[in-house]
Amino acid sequence: MKSKKKSSKFRLVDGFLLIMMIIPIAFGMTLHILFNPPSNGIEIAGPLVYFTIPMPIQPLPISESQVNSWLLLISVFFLCLYLTHGISAKRPTKRQHIVEWGIEQIDKLVSDNMGEFFKDFAPFVAAIMILSAFSSLMTLVGLYPPTSDLNIVGGWALLVFILITYYKLKCGFVHYLKSFAEPVAFLTPLNVISEFATPVSMAFRHYGNILSGSVISVLVAAALQGLSSMVLGKLPGFLGQFPLLQIGLPAVLSVYFDIFSGLLQAFIFAMLTMLYISSGFPEEDYRQKLKRKVTAN
Amino acid sequence: MELAIGIILGCCALGAGMAMIAGIGPGIGEGNAVAKACEAIGRQPESRSAVTTTMLMGCAVAETTGLYALVIAILLIFLAPGRLVNILVETMNTLS
Repeated sequence: MKSKKKSSKFRLVDGFLLIMMIIPIAFGMTLHILFNPPSNGIEIAGPLVYFTIPMPIQPLPISESQVNSWLLLISVFFLCLYLTHGISAKRPTKRQHIVEWGIEQIDKLVSDNMGEFFKDFAPFVAAIMILSAFSSLMTLVGLYPPTSDLNIVGGWALLVFILITYYKLKCGFVHYLKSFAEPVAFLTPLNVISEFATPVSMAFRHYGNILSGSVISVLVAAALQGLSSMVLGKLPGFLGQFPLLQIGLPAVLSVYFDIFSGLLQAFIFAMLTMLYISSGFPEEDYRQKLKRKVTAN
Repeated sequence: MELAIGIILGCCALGAGMAMIAGIGPGIGEGNAVAKACEAIGRQPESRSAVTTTMLMGCAVAETTGLYALVIAILLIFLAPGRLVNILVETMNTLS
């Protein structure tokens, strides 16, 4: 009954997809090594600029974070192909179970937090979550994480802001304008400010968390290096130059800042996306409008 | 000239340090949130997952003000000194 044998062609395609998954990351690492200027010691720097495209107003720099996020898109695309390869209704494989569990979780999360009307939002939310999580995890292979660049996260926040405004406009433009004058008319300026503060705070939250994590890690590593050269510097030969105190603490910090904080921020970004979109949408008024349309016809 | 550049660098560092005083607020707020969440879990252990999710969300939102301060501090440390020194050099050149 249980024949675990896979055909050689299936294995070949599997291997091809896995290799295509790894190639973009390896390419990013090669680029990083090629363009990295020689530095003395530990320093905090922004993303490297790979090349600039001449533009009429201002030259457009293509930075490391942009290139890394493109490579990540390719990699995640092949990861999805790998996970859905050989999917079957009759005899589900191990990875199919994992994927189905994940998709069920996302569906449940979205319908719990956004209501029945936004049930189709699950792919969008899952895409944002996965992209953000993998972007933050890119530090583990030594690449510059795209999420610690304000431009990348700002772009995502702008996308969410456009979606929020689109769903607020569903009941007509007048209704949208009226929603700013609630609950009292003189609060209008504050409402306008808070409307524009939404994407700004989303972008700053995500970017600030990831960036502060890497800055703190670098500072602690540099301090430990200085301390170990102060304490152990008198020892002869190799022992004196080896930063012995750097073992241990940076790894613990990395587990917290790179893995836990990155995954948590991805979850929070997706969660806030869902909450803002579903809370901005006037569902009751939209239903009444639909009903009026039906009775008018 | 050196004195002016020194004052600029020192004031930028001081400003960054003072901006991070804003870290007190989110610290107290998140502490309160976690304390209340612990109480809630202690009272109703079966609602653990829901309380934890809501607590993490609330913590993230409360953290925002602290992160604004952090962004300002980072700008003051890494970006502001170079710009201000450039402006100073340009004005000195135009004056002389």
